[in-house]
Amino acid sequence: MREIFRPDGGTALHLGVLIVLFALQFALSDYHHINIARIMVLACFAMGYNIAFGYTGLLSLGHAMFFGAGLYGAGLAAQFAAVSGPGAFVIGLAAAVALTVLAGAVALRTAGVSFMIVTLMFAQAAYLTIYYFGEFTRGDEGFVYPDAMRTLFGLELIEPTVRYTVAFGLFAICLIASFAVARSGLGRIFVAVRENEDRARMLGYDVYRMKLLALTISGAMAGAAGAAYGLLFGYVGASFANIEYSIYPLLWVLMGGAGVVLGPLLGTLAMFYLVDVTSGFTTAYLLVVGAALIALILFFPKGVLGTVREKLGARGARWLP
Amino acid sequence: MAAVEEEAAPLLLETRGLTRHFGGLTAVDDVDFQLPTGEIRAIIGPNGAGKTTFVSLLSGRIRPSAGRVTFAGQDVSRLKAHQRVARGIAYTFQITSIFKAMSARENVMLAAQRRLTKGLIGPPEAELRALADEALARVGLAERAEEAAGNLSYGHQRLLEVAMGLGLAPRLLILDEPTQGLSDEEIAAFIDLVREIAQESTVLLIEHNMHVVMGLAERITVLDRGRVLAEGAPEEIRADDAVQRAYLGG
Repeated sequence: MREIFRPDGGTALHLGVLIVLFALQFALSDYHHINIARIMVLACFAMGYNIAFGYTGLLSLGHAMFFGAGLYGAGLAAQFAAVSGPGAFVIGLAAAVALTVLAGAVALRTAGVSFMIVTLMFAQAAYLTIYYFGEFTRGDEGFVYPDAMRTLFGLELIEPTVRYTVAFGLFAICLIASFAVARSGLGRIFVAVRENEDRARMLGYDVYRMKLLALTISGAMAGAAGAAYGLLFGYVGASFANIEYSIYPLLWVLMGGAGVVLGPLLGTLAMFYLVDVTSGFTTAYLLVVGAALIALILFFPKGVLGTVREKLGARGARWLP
Repeated sequence: MAAVEEEAAPLLLETRGLTRHFGGLTAVDDVDFQLPTGEIRAIIGPNGAGKTTFVSLLSGRIRPSAGRVTFAGQDVSRLKAHQRVARGIAYTFQITSIFKAMSARENVMLAAQRRLTKGLIGPPEAELRALADEALARVGLAERAEEAAGNLSYGHQRLLEVAMGLGLAPRLLILDEPTQGLSDEEIAAFIDLVREIAQESTVLLIEHNMHVVMGLAERITVLDRGRVLAEGAPEEIRADDAVQRAYLGG
């Protein structure tokens, strides 16, 4: 532990980001206040994706089902069993972890393109399951998360300050966990599996188990984000389990920098405001997003922070694990 | 040179009827093989003789069609590759296989890390780093520890492979054509290195360079078309007619 959080530029940088994000709430307008809270929760989803894709090289196209499991796990518990904040969050998280282990155990028997397709199939099946039980889930239309259940140990999650602080708390946990993974021996093994699976196996690592572990951490973060999203923003709907929500975290991570702890935050932030600002000017905002992605691939092939890290050399590796 | 009679060392590795088919081709054909603890053994044979397939069967990278592998008295035939590594069988790749983006040190740290991990708790980084640096020093790469493995020269990458093998602290180190592409100087240093490694581990060497084989091996096994053609001390192999015909071009 002391080794991971050693006092150096990397620890200082990540701590600085947390302090800035916490302090930001006192300076933001109402509009940006809720945006940043939303971005922090979605960044948790992206950080989870980053553990699987960025560090371990598992290109999943099914992470929407983990986010959706968290969202519906919490939402259904609140709606039908009147479970309040903490309980609903734990139920959502547990649902996501269980689904990850189940889907992962099967999907990880494949690799590469097959893995993409199998995870996509699982996610589509999960998406359709939501419609199948439309009586409870309200399908596409979704349902409003019962306000009375949006409490956390007596705190009203409808309150903007509470909402921001809780979003920040979850974000901080996910960021610190990602940082710890990236700097630990475990992160080194994940990267080894990504870089050269055969060699990792011949160093004695059980590659399948390592991938399942990475995917489980990943799914847990995605599920936590999903549960928190419902609790904090008050809506549960099938659109969050749709294929788009499997693609978004991939784009966020690619944009910010895959395999960089801060990459998901930067990517989520940039993409959110890119859409937000451009959609104010034109209905063809997706065209602008597309152009931005092409520019990104041309000038920052490894994502913004991935490219910055490369340019900085050894210092980059210390500052941006 | 007078042969010194030694008591037979206990067997470290034994195969019985080891066979592997690839479609219609039998790459390894009913091989009975015995390797005593502490020996340096070379496997030679013409291209396509099944050498790499044979050691891949030993390390568990591929599954046998038939036969058994016994290691340190236990049947490991059903164990997966990573489990055999944990038992002490280390394999260094014929085609250099390293983690190019990582530093040389991290490559070796990865090799040592699994062995020192208890449950989920990994060893302290400082201890791991010291072990890695020690292995790097043994192969003469101490000054290159910080460099990205992909930026090392080819010869140094081969040495890094060996350092990774050392990091595993294996009981059996399998080297698959370790001197391929090395300069004469590098080969001379390499021979010394393997002698030193053999103080602690048994070494199984696939090698084309006869100078290396004759200089290092205590015994030589000759494979041809998947079968053991001959086995014996270097001078016996050199004198063997069948080997001459099959391999040495005599």
